[in-house]
Amino acid sequence: MISDFAFLLSGAGLIGLALFRLATSADLLMRVLGLNVLAIGIAMVLLVAARGAAGTDAVPQAFILTGIVVLVGVTAALLALAERVAEARDE
Amino acid sequence: MSDISLIVLLPLLAAVLTAALPPQAAAVGALATALNALLAANLGRQILQGGPVTEAIGDWAAPLGIAFVADGLAGVMLAMTAIVGLAVSLQAAAGPARAGFWPLWMATLGALNGLFLSSDLFNIYVAFEILGLAAVGLTALAGTRAALRAAFDYLTAGLVGSLLVLLGIALSYSVTGRVDMEAVVLLTQSDTGRIALALIAAGLVVKAALFPLHFWMPAAHSSAAPAASALLSALVVKGALYLVLRLSLEGGAGTEFLRNTLAVLGAGGMLWGAWNALRAERLKLLVAHSTVAQIGLIALAIGVAGNPFETGLWQAAALLMLSHALAKAAMFLAVGRIAEALGHDRISGLNREELRPGPAEFAFAIAAISLVGLPPTAGFIGKWFLIEGLIDEGGIHWIALILLGTALSAAYLSRVVSRCLRGGPHVAATAQRPPWRTGDVAALGLATGALLLGLAAALPITLLETPFA
Repeated sequence: MISDFAFLLSGAGLIGLALFRLATSADLLMRVLGLNVLAIGIAMVLLVAARGAAGTDAVPQAFILTGIVVLVGVTAALLALAERVAEARDE
Repeated sequence: MSDISLIVLLPLLAAVLTAALPPQAAAVGALATALNALLAANLGRQILQGGPVTEAIGDWAAPLGIAFVADGLAGVMLAMTAIVGLAVSLQAAAGPARAGFWPLWMATLGALNGLFLSSDLFNIYVAFEILGLAAVGLTALAGTRAALRAAFDYLTAGLVGSLLVLLGIALSYSVTGRVDMEAVVLLTQSDTGRIALALIAAGLVVKAALFPLHFWMPAAHSSAAPAASALLSALVVKGALYLVLRLSLEGGAGTEFLRNTLAVLGAGGMLWGAWNALRAERLKLLVAHSTVAQIGLIALAIGVAGNPFETGLWQAAALLMLSHALAKAAMFLAVGRIAEALGHDRISGLNREELRPGPAEFAFAIAAISLVGLPPTAGFIGKWFLIEGLIDEGGIHWIALILLGTALSAAYLSRVVSRCLRGGPHVAATAQRPPWRTGDVAALGLATGALLLGLAAALPITLLETPFA
């Protein structure tokens, strides 16, 4: 199906862009954003994987949900750490 | 409730308790660590007597439910965690209390125990996330700018690793329709399945700090506080290595392509880590780079192990993990004490005039002997198993690489040990020995453990030889 293919392609594109950013950027905020984009890309690929001939399977969607929950927590921790790093730099 | 779920639940409950009651954190944490050791010992005894112990939580059987399986390998890993945990807790309980250490250590312990016991890929992913976040917290505890920056890089690398693992797990579900360990064999039979396995393995390589994806690790392990460094280096990286070994065992002959890659990466890590350890100027950095080299050796052992149903070579990898955990924890605790006594950790400044080498240097030397692999230490038994098996298999080139790695590790560790051994003109006649501290007892205890384990290696080997569930 054409929409499946579009999802897969944009997901793979997002993963590629995010990995490139993560590998090349030294800016902390940019890397937090890169990680979020990476997770979204992976989620899009998984959404396509969840669609089969017999309809949509809920288990991969549950994986994505867990991934999102983890991502929110880790993003918070990353932002807190980035803030502490910036404070330590100012001192 | 059985022992097997209690050993996961207890540390996690203790993590909540220590976070809720900061004044009693050390007492609660130390008690939980001691109880954990008792539970691990009891579980080990059950495995020795009656083979693997399993529990389907809530009586939901696989593939729908989550099962815990304690087989010989899991038992050895639990015992390793319990022993290192006891020593580190002893050091931490006696030292100046850092707010946050105990909840983070308890969460690390619970996540590790859960990881070793899970026989379900998704449960393993969840355990990894808890482990990763707790380990980052342990790194950041030191509070210095270097430690915070290292923690940020660690968390970034760890998240990329776990996202890759998640992608691999979801892909493997879409191929096999299940996430329990039985899926691994099915995965090796199709191309998509092999891609899923490779994705999981790539994520684990980041988390295990295997060369060339170890870039985040030396800074994180060397800038953390001593007790945290010991936990990170001895236990946390073992979580990922354990899972690599587990996947290799479950996959059997089908994971050959991954094992070959692993062996090559491992050899690279062994040499690259040793080279950097030879050039390191600071003691903690030397020990951290030595971890890169040792992880390389363990990965190489997993990689060359071949089909686990035909050879027992994988047991060498498990023994090397165990001996590395004891020796490296002892080493980081000893280095913490040395840096405390000297006020710095420059290797060139170890020849000091005013202080004689103390118990911490002694512990470092014993741990170094075990890491190099001289008899009768635990490291010797691991390498002996590995090289003996490789001779049977005809893998002479691997033996040459392992011997080269061993020679290099002897070289970089003797940079430290030789400076501690020298008497001579630069030690003043009036030089004092540093006074004993609890940190010395913990480091010496672990180093003695590494020594005794070489003499009592029959116990872990019998455990490892228990048939799988």
